Amino acid sequence: MRILFKTSYNDDIRLFPDRWTLAVYAALLALAFALPLLLDEFYLGEVTNVLIWAIAGLGLMLLTGQTGQVSLGHAAFLAIGCYTNTILIEAGLPFILAFPLAGMITGVVGAIIAIPALRLHGIYLAIATIALSILADDIIVLLDPWTGGVSGKFPDAITLFGLEIERWTMPVRFYYLVLAVTVICTLFYRNLLRSPLGRAFAAVRDSEVSASAMGVHIARTKGTAFGLSCMITGWAGALMGYYAGAFNNETFSLVISITLLMMIVIGGLGSIHGAFFGAVVVAFLPQVLSILKGAVLGGGVAIPGLETGVFGMILILFILFEPMGIYGRWLKVRTWFELFPFARKDMFRRQKSYLKTERLR
Amino acid sequence: MSLLEIKDATLKFGGVVAVNNLSLSVNEGEVYAIVGPNGAGKSTVFNLISRFYQPFSGSFTFDGQNLLDRAADQVADLGIARTFQNIELFDHATVLQNLLVGRHRHRKTSLVEELLFAPRVRREEMAHRAAVEEVIDFLDLQPYRDKMIAGLPYGVRKVVELGRALASGPRLLLLDEPASGLSVEETQDMRWWIDDIRKQMGITVLMVEHDMGLVSSVCDRVLALADGAKLAEGTPAQVQADPTVIEAYLGAGAV
Repeated sequence: MRILFKTSYNDDIRLFPDRWTLAVYAALLALAFALPLLLDEFYLGEVTNVLIWAIAGLGLMLLTGQTGQVSLGHAAFLAIGCYTNTILIEAGLPFILAFPLAGMITGVVGAIIAIPALRLHGIYLAIATIALSILADDIIVLLDPWTGGVSGKFPDAITLFGLEIERWTMPVRFYYLVLAVTVICTLFYRNLLRSPLGRAFAAVRDSEVSASAMGVHIARTKGTAFGLSCMITGWAGALMGYYAGAFNNETFSLVISITLLMMIVIGGLGSIHGAFFGAVVVAFLPQVLSILKGAVLGGGVAIPGLETGVFGMILILFILFEPMGIYGRWLKVRTWFELFPFARKDMFRRQKSYLKTERLR
Repeated sequence: MSLLEIKDATLKFGGVVAVNNLSLSVNEGEVYAIVGPNGAGKSTVFNLISRFYQPFSGSFTFDGQNLLDRAADQVADLGIARTFQNIELFDHATVLQNLLVGRHRHRKTSLVEELLFAPRVRREEMAHRAAVEEVIDFLDLQPYRDKMIAGLPYGVRKVVELGRALASGPRLLLLDEPASGLSVEETQDMRWWIDDIRKQMGITVLMVEHDMGLVSSVCDRVLALADGAKLAEGTPAQVQADPTVIEAYLGAGAV
């Protein structure tokens, strides 16, 4: 077991608590950089897909895991990010401007939508945001002149600093672009967690009454969380558009919203790791299933609904046996090794929570 | 002079009069307790001061400023901090993070600065941390600093909540039953802390408490409340000897 000897408050503030952690993450980043050398183009594309899902997951995690506001409408924000980015580029803006702007516009739209939506709590908020997902489809069709309606849009190749980036012909460059966005979003998330706003998010999640007694403006904090979450989701949406190569009103359906929410629950709510673990499951599950199906039943056999079924089953198993998700399980395994042989079985058992003040609203 | 002044406050929930024409004034630097049977409206008075409830009528003044002009989240800015009867901590955060939320009213950095973790954010964080560490030292919370609230025993949570309120650097501290559910030793600790909070930190304390031992040992003045109205006010001894108070607690003719 390692014991950290802290000599400054900075030890608790900096990104990595100690050299060991720094080394681990540096190695991970180096591996990510070297990945194009290790994998062929198909698998590199799959990893890119994982990273895009992870960005979207980070966005929703900020809202649901961090601030405790469930959203089933995030497919709509993926769509807004994706369409805004494409429309801005078609209007002549360079990618380097259009892409960040697309995220920010999505964030602003999200924050505006949040104003009425965040008067709702828990399950009611979830239902209201479902409506958003459903509406997005119709709105995209209605805005045909800009969105291309049912026939959809095909994003052009990206030009960044004179380099052309295209998902199919230049998967390595596209991978590096996605990796860069992933690292930036993760850094934003980490920075928020160690600053007052991130703590205010957690405060709103755990007890609105006492958060407001401590001077946290509940509505504004939730609105900010919604905005930031949508900004990151918007970026993921724009990248998804490039990854798919074509998109229309049906690309960002309610199913995507649900998948996104399931993903962060399976990964582990409230942690950055959770978004990544969840993304791995979501992105690789279809491939693993099709390989398994091919091995067991032979190719050419179609089982409709297999993916959704298996996904739902995994979700149920996680909620029953590991509500803290994959990241929670990872923490338990790590603690077991760190404390060996002193780890106890009930160490992570949830304490029953004491009576809460009757809600004031 | 009086720091908190409540005049003729009335609050009704439908036909129920929770607080009835109540006036009280808390002087700067004193420890003032509100006692009364269950349902007397003690916590309701706290929730009125915290602006969780809108009074039906009456005036609330804190240090010359009208409290009714403020929203619930602006009350902390005036320097009013509180604890809750049923501990309202942020369960999925560490003790340190909980105390740091107490510093929220001192937040100066903007969203963009925090996203990029600008140098100023780091400087501010260090300052917040230094302030919080003083509270940790004061309340002997060192062993629990990095522990999650969800795994802490009740008595420690009670202290953490007091710490969170102190971390905000208040002028007036509202303690809603600080000793409820505490052991004899913990209550003794709480008593010394309240004493020190007043004497060393110069913070005015307004508390709701059932433990008359604690009330009579730390409080300067006591207000007895029944059915939302004032029964008696004065030193702990005076209030305890007041026939109307005895009647409210024990019933007429019981003694």
